[in-house]
Amino acid sequence: MDTLVQLLDATVRVSVPLLLACLAGLYSERSGVFDIGLEGKMLAGAFAGAAAAAAFGSAWIGLSAAILVAVFLALVHGFASITHRGNQIVSGVAINFIAAGSTIILGQAWFRQGGRTPSLAGDARFQTIDLPGAAAVSDVPVLGPIYSDIISGHSILVYFAFFMVPFTWWALFRTRFGLRLRAVGENPAAVDTAGISVTWLRYRAVIITGILTGVAGAYLSVAQNAGFVKDMTAGKGFIALAALIFAKWKPVPAMFACLLFGFLEASSIRFQGMDWPLVGRVPVQLINALPFVLTVILLAGFIGRAIPPKAGGVAYVKER
Amino acid sequence: MATPYAKLPAWADYGLIPLINLFVAFAVAGLVVLLVGESPVQAATLLIKGAFGSGAGIGYTLYYATSFIFTGLAVAVAFHCGLFNIGGEGQAYVGGLGVAIVCLSFDSVFPWWVNFPLAILGSAAIGAFWAMIPAILQAKRGSHIVITTIMFNFIAASLMVYLLVGPLKPMNSMAPQTRTFAQDAWLPKLDWLLEMFGATIRSTPLNLSFVLALVMAVVVWVLIWRTKLGYEIRTYGFSPKAAKYAGIGEARIIVITMMISGALAGMMALNPVMGDQHRLQLDFVTGAGFVGIAVALMGRSHPAGIVPAAILFGMLYQGGAEISFVMPNISRDMIVIIQGLVILFAGALEHMFRPSLQAALASLAPKSMGMNAAKREGA
Repeated sequence: MDTLVQLLDATVRVSVPLLLACLAGLYSERSGVFDIGLEGKMLAGAFAGAAAAAAFGSAWIGLSAAILVAVFLALVHGFASITHRGNQIVSGVAINFIAAGSTIILGQAWFRQGGRTPSLAGDARFQTIDLPGAAAVSDVPVLGPIYSDIISGHSILVYFAFFMVPFTWWALFRTRFGLRLRAVGENPAAVDTAGISVTWLRYRAVIITGILTGVAGAYLSVAQNAGFVKDMTAGKGFIALAALIFAKWKPVPAMFACLLFGFLEASSIRFQGMDWPLVGRVPVQLINALPFVLTVILLAGFIGRAIPPKAGGVAYVKER
Repeated sequence: MATPYAKLPAWADYGLIPLINLFVAFAVAGLVVLLVGESPVQAATLLIKGAFGSGAGIGYTLYYATSFIFTGLAVAVAFHCGLFNIGGEGQAYVGGLGVAIVCLSFDSVFPWWVNFPLAILGSAAIGAFWAMIPAILQAKRGSHIVITTIMFNFIAASLMVYLLVGPLKPMNSMAPQTRTFAQDAWLPKLDWLLEMFGATIRSTPLNLSFVLALVMAVVVWVLIWRTKLGYEIRTYGFSPKAAKYAGIGEARIIVITMMISGALAGMMALNPVMGDQHRLQLDFVTGAGFVGIAVALMGRSHPAGIVPAAILFGMLYQGGAEISFVMPNISRDMIVIIQGLVILFAGALEHMFRPSLQAALASLAPKSMGMNAAKREGA
């Protein structure tokens, strides 16, 4: 029971950056702008967050810096793929490289700790929050540990991430903005005909993507860890992308996909080198590769078909 | 997707625009150098000196360029078919497995000139296989090749770690690598080539695979522009609908193109594994597969552009190492930024300067605007 609680607790922790990045991608891709650059924006956000938090001693300033930098990169992506109708994949790849390189170079130049930022403590980090009554109910069997260990005792960004799931659902399916956002990803010409600016709508989607990837980055470096380590996203942006496809571009399934991938990651750490009955020792590399293998199988249409937004990846040309 | 812009004369399309894009990319990189408190001009001087200032520098530059030619060609071949192969990194990584299997099996059986062609086949076959799976999934199941090739990069990395810390590692060793090959599985160095030009050098990793890379550049040119298959590839890349209408098998052309692309990426492994390190190591690709994307975009998917673009990136790689001795703030990771900027300006923003250039050209010489220029799109 204890192992399971710890495992699920760890699952929540490692799922959060995936979930934030996944929802970030959801806004952008639903509007018809593919985003391979989630990874890079998250990485740049993590670096900016940790650097600003270290410099100013405030986690909130760190978060703001992370959001600013990630939004800037998102706007670069928008500028290339919306305004100049460049190839969205190419632009995303470029952003990943720019983020990967500049976080290392700037980190080394500013802090001289081999690409790390100084370690954060106290107010410079998001502290865990104990939900009301967590200590009181912890002795209650089953439900007690679930509430006090798994649900309570996380940083505020964790709650923000899970709050964003119903919020995104509401924004996408119950508001005018959401309807237009989905429409512009399916049929931009129709949106244009209705007198709504495709460009501005897509830019807004891309900015939301930037904000959420910035929060994801800040979570990595200012909440989950106490500082930035080079290449700390380690493919999370791509796993988030995989989760997005897995979830067929829907917010609630996205949460479950991220929790699944998070569970895989948490158990790969937990059960490293353990012997299993029947199968023996499962190589840790296999578990690490599992999210990617699963995604490939899903993409191949063996677990239900994933149909992307129809206008995704195509720049909108108003007139010829 | 058709280009929304009018055609430019070929010299502007293939010469001026890449140069402008490159210039802007380097200008922004210069800003990053300023940001870390160093002088961009001094950095550029050090870079060129480090890359071309000595025989050894040239040797290293060309050694790195060799890898980039292979991966650049790999990306370019896929581009011609309208496919974006981001999986060069993974295909090159598993390609190393092909090299290692040949070398470990035959290094005390055959001389190098037998092992070399075998290793070429081995690396190409495994690289092609690694690209074939995403290709089949794209062709038959409609899964997006960009995502699948990225996934296959990660799967390749996990697979290679598993093999190198497990089955491929010699019993008495802790390091995650194979045993060193016997001398008969080493590619000859090309130091004599540089010495012919009067350079005196101790030793550089430049090896015979450089020549293979140049041969492959010619082969790719012949394939794309002088064969029926190449014509089909370009047709499909230009307009999948037209290709289908003309009776070109969609699945067949996607799978074949990706296998050629994967084979080229796989061959990249020959350069470091057989030519320099003489054993299979963890992470020997070091991003060369991704550099290939920048190289292909900069070279506009033409071998004649890819070879100089690869040499430019080889220069950045070698010169970047030299800079870091003098300027500790600037490490080799600078190349990753430059690579990103080149991909951004030469790839995603390639049309940014086009309208103004067209306006300028049209006002200068209206007649020059009528010429035809080929157009291709990635992904």
